[in-house]
Amino acid sequence: MKTLITSQGDSTDSYFDLRFGRGKYFCIYNSETGKIEFVKNTNADAQGGAGTKTSEMVIELGVKKVISGDFGPKAKDLLMKFGVQMIIITDSNKTILEIIRTLS
Amino acid sequence: MPRRRRARKVVEPPSFKGYKPYGTIHGKNGKVELHYEEYEAIKLADYDLMNHHEACELMGVSRPTFARVYETARQKIAKALVEGKEIVAVYGDAHLEKDWFECGDCKSKFTIPNELIDKNCPLCSSSSITNILH
Repeated sequence: MKTLITSQGDSTDSYFDLRFGRGKYFCIYNSETGKIEFVKNTNADAQGGAGTKTSEMVIELGVKKVISGDFGPKAKDLLMKFGVQMIIITDSNKTILEIIRTLS
Repeated sequence: MPRRRRARKVVEPPSFKGYKPYGTIHGKNGKVELHYEEYEAIKLADYDLMNHHEACELMGVSRPTFARVYETARQKIAKALVEGKEIVAVYGDAHLEKDWFECGDCKSKFTIPNELIDKNCPLCSSSSITNILH
């Protein structure tokens, strides 16, 4: 199962990003193969609708779990509709690696 | 930019999709969209007979906001009755209360989609999860 974590950088040592739609990078972790890949968020500097666009991206990627700091109302609605599980962590001092460790 | 709309908490969505008038003289008259939170406001104030103060706390909004939601609900229902319109229940600004959970161990908040069988914390697999008011 694929899990998406919002990240501030493109390595596992980088810190977790509290923003969803405007998060810098996305870390996609596959729990079956243990594969970790990073995708740059092209909507990070969008004028508007970043949450909606990012949610669409999440659905296209086939991700089932999203870990972020908060979700906007539109992103929440969309993700809920497509049965994507949302997880909110408020602690921004965590690195991507730490989160993946707690996951597995 | 206007202030973000606070989600109105709804304990349970209405058990119907809508109401239709029958025997209308002028045929179809269109419809009125009743939001979940408006249904909830009517239910709390007129069915559970709460005062606005108790009801607004349950819905997670201020008392004036609750009064506004309640008023639009009454106006919509009155409009539907007088003009012979259909009432359709739509999602609106509601936030279903039972959607969000909190993990007692890692303090993360999360949703559990319907198709998911695993009801443990998605992050640390702890089983001490509680329903929260988000």
